[in-house]
Amino acid sequence: MESNAKKTIITVVGKDTVGIIAKVCTYLAENKINILDISQTIVSGYFNMMMIVDRSGSEVSFADCQEALNKIGEGLGVDIKCQRSEIFDMMHRI
Amino acid sequence: MINKYEVIETNNMVAHENLDVRTITIGISLLECIDSDLNKLNENIYNRITTVAKDLASVGEKIEREYGIPIVNKRISVTPIALVGGAACKKPEDFVTIAKTLDRAAATVGANLIGGYSALVCKGMTTADEMLIRSIPKALCSTERVCSSVNLASTKTGINMDAVKLMGEILLEVAEESKDRDSVDCMKLVVFCNAPDDNPFMAGAFHGVTEADAIINVGVSGPGVVKTALEKVRGENFEVLCETIKKTAFKVTRVGQLVAQEASRQLGIPFGIVDLSLAPTPAVGDSVADILCEIGLEYAGAPGTTAALALLNDQVKKGGVMASSYVGGLSGAFIPVSEDQGMINAVEAGAITLEKLEAMTCVCSVGLDMIAIPGDTKATTISGIIADEMALGMINQKTTAARLIPVIGKGVGESVEFGGLFGYAPIMPVNQFSCDAFINRGGRIPAPIHSFKN
Repeated sequence: MESNAKKTIITVVGKDTVGIIAKVCTYLAENKINILDISQTIVSGYFNMMMIVDRSGSEVSFADCQEALNKIGEGLGVDIKCQRSEIFDMMHRI
Repeated sequence: MINKYEVIETNNMVAHENLDVRTITIGISLLECIDSDLNKLNENIYNRITTVAKDLASVGEKIEREYGIPIVNKRISVTPIALVGGAACKKPEDFVTIAKTLDRAAATVGANLIGGYSALVCKGMTTADEMLIRSIPKALCSTERVCSSVNLASTKTGINMDAVKLMGEILLEVAEESKDRDSVDCMKLVVFCNAPDDNPFMAGAFHGVTEADAIINVGVSGPGVVKTALEKVRGENFEVLCETIKKTAFKVTRVGQLVAQEASRQLGIPFGIVDLSLAPTPAVGDSVADILCEIGLEYAGAPGTTAALALLNDQVKKGGVMASSYVGGLSGAFIPVSEDQGMINAVEAGAITLEKLEAMTCVCSVGLDMIAIPGDTKATTISGIIADEMALGMINQKTTAARLIPVIGKGVGESVEFGGLFGYAPIMPVNQFSCDAFINRGGRIPAPIHSFKN
């Protein structure tokens, strides 16, 4: 349950630009947040990425992580959301 | 594992289809606060609420942030105050001091509204019940967040017609007290038949005496999500239509279940129920009436409206029940006029009348809700409308309610602005024929034959 509670979904939506994944991944690596799954598409010039990450090895709190990613998003001109995974599990799995 | 499309779907519901959790409501029993000294009682109530609900706002915000789901209201419901204040209050003004205490406590913990300034008088009124009812006009106009409800009837007991008559008069007094603000305080007052003990929605929320010390109830929402889903099945048959509503209701309710569980865990208060109601707001794309239009009506109120609402309500329940471990409250579709842009449009187009709304309340969860009527409507006429609504609930063994707003100084053709989530309402015409002799009979209407199930 605890590891599940630390599972987090990061979504990035916005205009495609160089280094989006690099910047996000660098932050995650520096803070010992492990990427479990990553997928991305570009729909009519818009970058759409989803990552499933595991925060159980990290000491950064959820709120801090969320804020840091928000800042990175602002710098890149994209919208980065960071949500606990249960909301998706609940909605899409019986 | 969760895939990208599921994540995008959920986030789109929040970003573009107004998916939100309408309210986290903490129900708090105030029975332990009872004291025969009024000051002591008020002190006990304030301390109890501000202790139990102290983290309500912060936990609500934390859940919002972590899951990315807006939680629009954080509310409190308490034991009906007529029961709590009976020992201490000797006159209606004494009850008003309790209303002020509730208001202050709600403000302290950051609750948007507090419900439970209530009396349960479906069979008879105690002295305390009657004093509380008579204090409602002063209580509502001297507080900001306090909501009041009175249960006037039930399938088990029949209709207390003395109380129905009194409430017609009280409603006009509330309207008069707030006439400089378009009688806006009336929207904080609702009368019920078969009022549920665990309703998280205002103005009718109270913490019933059948409940534990404290409980978390959650009200979900999502008319926009249902509407969007139905756009994709235009022209399909009823089977496809119903399946789509059911699946969507399941998804929406699961969010409510998650939020309820999380709130319960973080606040250390047991989870009560999820209320499945589709609750609209005046925001574009957040309308129950628009769903009815999407089902195939030109406007809400057109022939077929009652059938469309019946199927919508039933499918929402079928999908929602599967999604939550405990379902309760009002659970269905709300059809308020002022809080639903599609409903306002229907009134303005002349598509819907008070009588059609009454018919619709036979098949949905609430009743005549947020309906502005002319300010010169007689008290007995208001009581007559209330009595009709109570009879529907009593005979059909369901909850019904009436939240009418007689707007003093305004008549048909004018409209009234309530602000924010409460929207605005064109004033609707009321049948002008008299029911004076009926209302003035006094006494109560006996319980219906099908209440004798023992």
